[in-house]
Amino acid sequence: MNREPSERVDVCIVGAGPAGGLMADGLARRGHDVVVLEAGPRFDADHEDRERRMERSIRPGHGPDSVWEMGGERDAYESTGEQYYPLNAARVKGVGGSTLHWQGMVMRLHERDFRLETETGVGADWPIAYDDLRPHYADAEDELGVAGASDNPFAPPREHPHPQPAFEPSYSDSLFADACEELGIATHSVPNARLSEGREGRSACVGYGTCQPVCPSGAKYDATIHVERAEAAGARVLDRAPVQRLEHDDAGERVTAAVYATPEGEQHRQEAREFVLAAGGVENPRLLLLSESEQYPDGLANSSGLVGRFFHDHLFAGVGGTLDRPTRQNHVGFNTTESHQFYDQPPDGSRGAIKLEFLNYAGPSPVEMALGGDDWGDEMLDRIRANYGTHVAVGALVEQRPRAENRIRLHPERTDDHGNPVPDVVWSLSDDERRTIERANEIQRRIMDELGADVEWTVGPESTGPAFHHMGTTRMGADPESSVVDSQLRTHDLGNLTVASSSVFPTGGAMNPTLTIAALALKAADHVDERL
Amino acid sequence: MELTRRDVLAALAASGAAAGASVSLASDPGDGPVGDHEVDTLVAVARVVYPSAVDGVESFVGQYSVERARDRPEYASGVADAVAALDEYSRTWEDAEFVDLDAERADRTLSGFEVDTADPDPEGSDRERVRYYLVNELLYALFSTPTGGSLAGIENPQGHPGGTTSYQRGPE
Ligand SMILES: Cc1cc2nc3c(=O)[nH]c(=O)nc-3n(C[C@H](O)[C@H](O)[C@H](O)COP(=O)(O)OP(=O)(O)OC[C@H]3O[C@@H](n4cnc5c(N)ncnc54)[C@H](O)[C@@H]3O)c2cc1C
Ligand code: SF4
Repeated sequence: MNREPSERVDVCIVGAGPAGGLMADGLARRGHDVVVLEAGPRFDADHEDRERRMERSIRPGHGPDSVWEMGGERDAYESTGEQYYPLNAARVKGVGGSTLHWQGMVMRLHERDFRLETETGVGADWPIAYDDLRPHYADAEDELGVAGASDNPFAPPREHPHPQPAFEPSYSDSLFADACEELGIATHSVPNARLSEGREGRSACVGYGTCQPVCPSGAKYDATIHVERAEAAGARVLDRAPVQRLEHDDAGERVTAAVYATPEGEQHRQEAREFVLAAGGVENPRLLLLSESEQYPDGLANSSGLVGRFFHDHLFAGVGGTLDRPTRQNHVGFNTTESHQFYDQPPDGSRGAIKLEFLNYAGPSPVEMALGGDDWGDEMLDRIRANYGTHVAVGALVEQRPRAENRIRLHPERTDDHGNPVPDVVWSLSDDERRTIERANEIQRRIMDELGADVEWTVGPESTGPAFHHMGTTRMGADPESSVVDSQLRTHDLGNLTVASSSVFPTGGAMNPTLTIAALALKAADHVDERL
Repeated sequence: MELTRRDVLAALAASGAAAGASVSLASDPGDGPVGDHEVDTLVAVARVVYPSAVDGVESFVGQYSVERARDRPEYASGVADAVAALDEYSRTWEDAEFVDLDAERADRTLSGFEVDTADPDPEGSDRERVRYYLVNELLYALFSTPTGGSLAGIENPQGHPGGTTSYQRGPE
């Protein structure tokens, strides 16, 4: 394929995940010349290829990151904080980005999330309010084909129903609903970025049950949809074209080119009028730091010194066990009931947001048990029967507060396949966060007790891990001294550089971020369009 | 429980080898690396590793393996290679190829080769490849079908597109 740069380009977008895909689509459809530079490959999108990847994901013998070919020198990283961060499990590089692997839960942040500091005295405020994002949320739900219902008493206000009907609750949801009702905990449906009805030539969910990391039917949304749409509208997408750095003009006010490498070992410069960084919450700050120049020795758009700072994620908390009766798990790979009753942070800021999830895939599946055992024949079947069928689990996402010491920085020694310093993830938990996880565990245990479950495991403060949502590293704000981008997602320092990503979130609540990423990308596309 | 043509198609779908029910299933191996001997060996392995409640093993494994090998040369040569490794072990310890062993000796041979405790690895040692290309191959095929799943209590197992109603249903 020809990977020479294009001439007379309006917009150059770095990264072909949902943020880059939505912006490329929106801008190309408005008649702008768009080039997308994507570091990873374009995976075959056919059904057969997806089924083979699904097989890799189910069968032991393949590394967990190998389904989407992550790892190696290209993706080298370090994790030097108190808490280990498994970065390559937390992202995919390729056309479609991390949504190839994602779970696809998509909910709006709450109104309070946008003014957390004002309301609770901790965290930070966003420079925009829920109402500013509200129309873009509705558009984002439409773009992603979200299946949802309006039965959630805790959800922020909305005008229209979701574009697709919600998935019905599972059998195990009904067990949880009874127990929760006894305890006064309200349960409700989950908005899912997967089709409950076919649309635009895409299949409805058919129940492969392997959504994360791969949906063979294409019912689960992934960003290849918008990348392909952008291409149909005239955008040019170069895969395996990792951007090495951004260059700026003499005045230091505008980005002039994105320098990218090709598989043939060449380097090219893509010039454009506007640039969009959509490389995810880790690579966005890294690329800005790699783009240091004489004028900007600390990296581009970094006059605040905050590029890479305030890295935060959501923390997982969970309790699981078994009942004395069948629970019918692992038929599908997504959840259909949650509770947002413990979401809103108390006014004294004493704990973060908690989002409860009732799993439809608790415990091992029979095929996993068959493949991973050291027996066969009738003995194996007895083991599978004894271990499958009665598991239940309640998970939760717990809010992490943005703290400056948690950060993405360039590692001083280790370099990637192009000789660039690798990202170093410096990550830790605070005592407040540990307490919020404990609070989530308490609620989860009460529910499990009410169900009469035998609790077998707890993911608590000591064993928690990240939910793979990379936020905060190019935070949005009104003040150039304390933020990297403004409310239009444009960097304070360079007038034609937009950052579209959860990296702009000042705080992240406890909702999975991608619907908000999509809403922000649609908003940013409007602003770029206005400037062009 | 009887494995049927529907299960063969389901198992093939779970491995990205066939598309839809329109496929006509061949049982003639043709002349790739997976020939009659390889298919017979897979059937013999399946008789050891499949639960005794499963019927119709020969036609299920035969049709599945032939179809799967047809357009996946790298997989086909992995199977052929693993069969050769198993035969070599079997000849050394039992003086016969694996297909010629009776049920008890076949089980003893696989266990003696420590295939039960081996980590499946397509690029690993002999026993790891036997585990990956023969044992786990067959178990994946079985447990991603509705019939195999049902043995374990799940009629819509992972890897099988069994729709979106089974997850809502309670136990019978
Ligand atoms: C296992 C898992 C489960 C998840 N589940 C959910 C969920 O249920 N709900 C939810 O909301 N979110 C979920 N997420 C998170 C979600 O995937 C991300 O929020 C989302 O994909 C981010 O979109 P993005 O476009 O900003 O970045 P990405 O999707 O990561 O895309 C960035 C793209 O930029 C490319 N890139 C990086 N550096 C460069 C460079 N230098 N040059 C060119 N290209 C570059 C990358 O290759 C990549 O393709 C999950 C993530 C994972 C890993
Ligand atoms: S259950 Fe998941 S993997 Fe299966 S079709 Fe539905 S969305 Fe796709």
